[in-house]
Amino acid sequence: MSRPAITLKHIGKTWTPEGRAPVEALRDFSLDVMPGEFVVFLGPSGCGKSTLLYMIAGLEEVTGGTIHQDGHEVKEPSAERGLIFQEASLFPWLTIADNVAFGLSIRGTPKLKRRDIALDILRSVGLGDMGDKKPDELSGGMRQRAACARALAMRPKVLMMDEPFAALDVQTRAKMQDFLLQIWRDSGASIILVTHSIDEAISLADRVVVFTARPGRVKTIVPIDLPRPRPSRDPRYHAYRDQFAELLADEVDRAFAEQEA
Amino acid sequence: MTTTTGSIPQAKHVPALSPRIRRGLASAGWGLASIGLFAGIWEALWAMGLANPLLLPPPHMFLGDIPTTLTFFDHNARIGSTDRGEGSVLPLLNTMLWTTMRVVLGLFIGFSAGVAVGALVHYVKLLRNLLLPTILLLAPISPVAWLPVAIFVFGIGDVPAIFLVFITVFFSIVLATVSQIEAVPKNYIHVARIMGATERQTFWRVILPAILPGLFMILRLNLFAAWMVVLIAEAVGVGTGLGQITSMARATFNAKLVFFTMAIIGVLGFSFDWGLRAIQRKLLWWVAPGQGVS
Repeated sequence: MSRPAITLKHIGKTWTPEGRAPVEALRDFSLDVMPGEFVVFLGPSGCGKSTLLYMIAGLEEVTGGTIHQDGHEVKEPSAERGLIFQEASLFPWLTIADNVAFGLSIRGTPKLKRRDIALDILRSVGLGDMGDKKPDELSGGMRQRAACARALAMRPKVLMMDEPFAALDVQTRAKMQDFLLQIWRDSGASIILVTHSIDEAISLADRVVVFTARPGRVKTIVPIDLPRPRPSRDPRYHAYRDQFAELLADEVDRAFAEQEA
Repeated sequence: MTTTTGSIPQAKHVPALSPRIRRGLASAGWGLASIGLFAGIWEALWAMGLANPLLLPPPHMFLGDIPTTLTFFDHNARIGSTDRGEGSVLPLLNTMLWTTMRVVLGLFIGFSAGVAVGALVHYVKLLRNLLLPTILLLAPISPVAWLPVAIFVFGIGDVPAIFLVFITVFFSIVLATVSQIEAVPKNYIHVARIMGATERQTFWRVILPAILPGLFMILRLNLFAAWMVVLIAEAVGVGTGLGQITSMARATFNAKLVFFTMAIIGVLGFSFDWGLRAIQRKLLWWVAPGQGVS
């Protein structure tokens, strides 16, 4: 068996807001993500799943445990661990092609070469003729594709996504999920996607990691043994949906109970 | 535009105008109508004897005898110097140029220094603690109140006028820079860090372009204050320029010259704003017109 792409060992995270009691966001969280695996983090809001993603990216410090990528401890952000946000967060002062080439220009790739690379990647995400457009000339779905292209241009080993399709309408979201499966296959990267949508988790994941309410821990890990594409009318799909609904309902109840206490 | 000319017979000889030119003509037409109405009412008041031509000479009087008016301008950009102008346009342009130069220099230095100090205050905690209270204390002081200080320190000359324009924009740009840097979307900075940008690269390639549109708007809002201040400085602390001419014209009870100079100042201010907008369109090409920062 090959070495995991990401290893999380006993991760803990405690926030200490000024002048208030510390908040424990994550507790003793351990998980391996294999190379090329598609993992979905599913959990109630506030369970620390996004925080964990930011810690894997190196943007947030862990307060307990260790994170390794390919055997090296994660200490700072790296383009090997790309991160995509709910908003595309493209720079409005750069054209789409320049946005995609931003990381390459930081790396010092010559101008003509990085434009070639950027246009190539844009073609592969279906934005071949959008290179010279401004970000605000694109639709929400196209902007999110461009954000994927920007991350892919750095050839990441792991691509992380923080509710990337939550701001899109339902039709666009379905299209974007197909698109995501396609770039996942093409790039060979591992994907970790955070969502609170059960359907999104079932249609995309190899494994779904269900979080408990705060402090977030691994409640259970459910492998999805269905061939893709996964039509929602499949009875096995329904079985998964019922299972996740029940798991999440428990946690939402607990979160409410805790808030009232 | 080109395909429709054949199908509409009566429009055959009318050259097709692009919508842009048509909009331009329309706004120029309304501009003329607006100014014409204003001047017309003024002229009418004069014709009815309601406006004293000695105090409020109507436009045809202060614009009518331009050669005589021009003799008040000279190459030293002041009234009463020995190098008396002979009614040519050059001394007028010379005077306008000096005043404009003071505004441009003051704005440029104030803007650059303001962004630099604002960035330092944001990034260096020691400087923030040391400088910010003083900046907050000094910022609300009217630039005009700085005039005596400027003259004490720099003497009579160009520098006090430039200094006053500098003061007009400096503090607002410092404070705007600090607040704008704080308002830069966190994800922009996350992207830069993930892509491996250093702090310096992040500032020049992410923070600066992100805050520039907002700062430019502050600059434009302060433009008219800068013009106001430069005229006062010229009247008091420089002794040359359009401000001095206006002040001398008032002292010598030359209402025609006052209004003529006012008209010149109006035209200059208008062209300035127009010029800044043009620079903005070129420099900040990604900001759509009418999107807050037009």
